[in-house]
Amino acid sequence: MIEPGVPAPDFKLRNQDGEEVTPEDLKGQTSLLVFYPLDFSPVCTDQLSIYQELLSDFEARGVKLYGVSVDSAFCHKAFQDKLNLTIPLLADFEPKGETARAFGVYDDDWGTSRRALFLIDPEGILKWSYVSPSVLEIPGANLIFDALESIPA
Amino acid sequence: MLVIEYGDYECPYCAKTDRLLAGVPVRRVFRHFPVVSKHPRARVLAQAVEAASLQGAFWEMHDSLFGDQGHLDDPHLWRRAEQLGLDLERFNRDRRTPEVDERVTRDFRSGVRAGVMTTPTLFVDGRQIAGVPPEALVAQLRAGGSQTP
Repeated sequence: MIEPGVPAPDFKLRNQDGEEVTPEDLKGQTSLLVFYPLDFSPVCTDQLSIYQELLSDFEARGVKLYGVSVDSAFCHKAFQDKLNLTIPLLADFEPKGETARAFGVYDDDWGTSRRALFLIDPEGILKWSYVSPSVLEIPGANLIFDALESIPA
Repeated sequence: MLVIEYGDYECPYCAKTDRLLAGVPVRRVFRHFPVVSKHPRARVLAQAVEAASLQGAFWEMHDSLFGDQGHLDDPHLWRRAEQLGLDLERFNRDRRTPEVDERVTRDFRSGVRAGVMTTPTLFVDGRQIAGVPPEALVAQLRAGGSQTP
């Protein structure tokens, strides 16, 4: 996994509506990239639906969230609809997992990204990161708030 | 022994956990963790329980909702409130007040700060257990929780 203090790796991903998103689009805002294994996870409450619930808290701190998984844009769209998500979801689909690999969080055994968080400052510098020890372990939103409090704006 | 549960009245795993914990001889605290994007009625239901609580019927409404998750619309809530002998007009007014809303939000935030990411999540004397509690833990709680591993 790449460490804070360096520029975030370059990427070019399509969102759920097929629009291209690159680091250039993230400039001028603090962004949190939320890498997760797959859309339609079977647990009772999903990581993204809790983050969705806290969206106003993140916005109040000037942070914009993006979900990233190896699913396609159409799959992301269906997942968004199912969970009533407004968080943009980026498709790390072709070449599969290329962005997850660039961030050092691709899991070859699962064939998906690991669960990982990357906080990127308005200049594109990586400020903080977290990777779950296991795919089954969902990073609590408390980790993000703690990180935001400990990093000078 | 203290068991704090974060849950959501529309979550089937929470209802199952509630059945498992029924009658265990420990102090139980229930905190609301409504995730509306997943369970559209979750917040409304949490507020209904808090409104019932203002008339001294927190656990009664809690049990009523977990006892039957197939009837969670407003008319069902009114019928439940009547069956519990609540002042229906007051119940309906209370569940929409900013104070009750804030009470539910406070629970949710406290869960987030404690690292809750799924429902149900239990804290057994501070130890976090995500999901339906395993049989061994339930057995331990039934035995009065005499041993903490």
